[in-house]
Amino acid sequence: MSKTYYDPADLRKFGNITEWSEELGKKFFEYYNSVFQEGALSAREKALIALSVSHVVKCPYCIDAYTKDGLQRGITKEEMMEAVHAGAAIESGATLVHAVQMMNKVNKLDV
Amino acid sequence: MLKSLKKRESELANSKRQLEILSNGIFQNGELPKFANKISESNQFPLKAKKLEILQINVGYMCNQVCSHCHVDAGPDRKEIMTRVTMQQCLDVIKKTGTHTLDLTGGAPEMNPDFRWFVEEASKIGVKDFIVRSNLTIIRANKKYYDLPEFFKKHNVHVISSMPHWTRGKTDKQRGEGVFDQSIKALLELNRIGYGMPNSELKLDLVYNPSGAFLPGDQSSMEKDFKKALLEDFDIQFHNLFAITNLPISRFLDYLIASDNYEDYMYSLVESYNSTAVANVMCTNTLSISWDGFLYDCDFNQMLNLPVNSKVKHISEYNQELLDNRNIVISQHCYGCTAGAGSSCQGSVA
Repeated sequence: MSKTYYDPADLRKFGNITEWSEELGKKFFEYYNSVFQEGALSAREKALIALSVSHVVKCPYCIDAYTKDGLQRGITKEEMMEAVHAGAAIESGATLVHAVQMMNKVNKLDV
Repeated sequence: MLKSLKKRESELANSKRQLEILSNGIFQNGELPKFANKISESNQFPLKAKKLEILQINVGYMCNQVCSHCHVDAGPDRKEIMTRVTMQQCLDVIKKTGTHTLDLTGGAPEMNPDFRWFVEEASKIGVKDFIVRSNLTIIRANKKYYDLPEFFKKHNVHVISSMPHWTRGKTDKQRGEGVFDQSIKALLELNRIGYGMPNSELKLDLVYNPSGAFLPGDQSSMEKDFKKALLEDFDIQFHNLFAITNLPISRFLDYLIASDNYEDYMYSLVESYNSTAVANVMCTNTLSISWDGFLYDCDFNQMLNLPVNSKVKHISEYNQELLDNRNIVISQHCYGCTAGAGSSCQGSVA
């Protein structure tokens, strides 16, 4: 067993998940590849969304993959950082909006 | 300014050392397949030369820039320069073969003292596409080069220039401080006299090389982004963008090893291997001629000192029959031309 939870070399083995469940693995990768094709959103826009979400879900494999993908598309570091902030803002907003629940509870319980 | 690997006496200035690195390690222990084995899977080994269409002549390794990714290891300290005698031998071959494309490269080809003579003589022959690979900044480097755009126009030269990004930071990081601003000035000058304008016959194309250890993205998408940004920010226009993959040789190999990116980069190249691109790699219809007149399948093989697999080794003994259908000389660097949409001096090939 590896002494660390994450090994960068494991990213290259992602496709191996089909070995233990071929049908579901294949369906997933077909879906995944379709999602990132040009559509109503450009592939570039989707790449920035993916980079942002990679940070929100704190996936080191995804961060590596979509940072490299962004560089390959000519996306600038300023654009990348803004995308991460967009994700971070939603994530922190999601925490802070629960403060309303806290306030409601305080107002109900406190005289 | 950075010095060339040769000037620094780096071990990577030695082509044998580069080839050792490219054949050992992950290619020796079987982690990754050697290029010959990979193309054998699709019955494309040995790779054969087809009809000669492009003569690419490297008129010297001297350059006013020292780009971090340069596969030529070019720079101001490189003194290898093609003589007029060798140029005349090239002209004789162009006449004899009826090659449709003549592609002058370097270094900065304009720094060869016989460059203008060569262009004048070559343009008299009337090849269909006469390319000069100009780094742009040379046009602004010295007063004696200021008239180059007019000179190119006079001889209907097709200008192909490197531009790694539409932002100053990325460009200067790869090509040197101040290169972006000088390149913009040169592009404006070329546009002013008609180069790169819509419907203009004065062709101006740009070359995009990634500014680090990653592959180029989709060429047409990159072209759209480049066109939009250069037009909006600087009112600059050009015709086509060629996305070219950096090959793991010379200064780019040095960078990959120093930054601990070599193995990951080779994995990226091999994982992006596209057998369709193999059929159209440039070495099959191109002949590369070095400053001293020796023949190679491509400019990369020239830098790795891998001469053509033929009895004919030098332009002075040129013989088309002996070069036709020759086996192309390959090594692991060739993965750079077959990754993704493929890569050549004219951009994607698949």
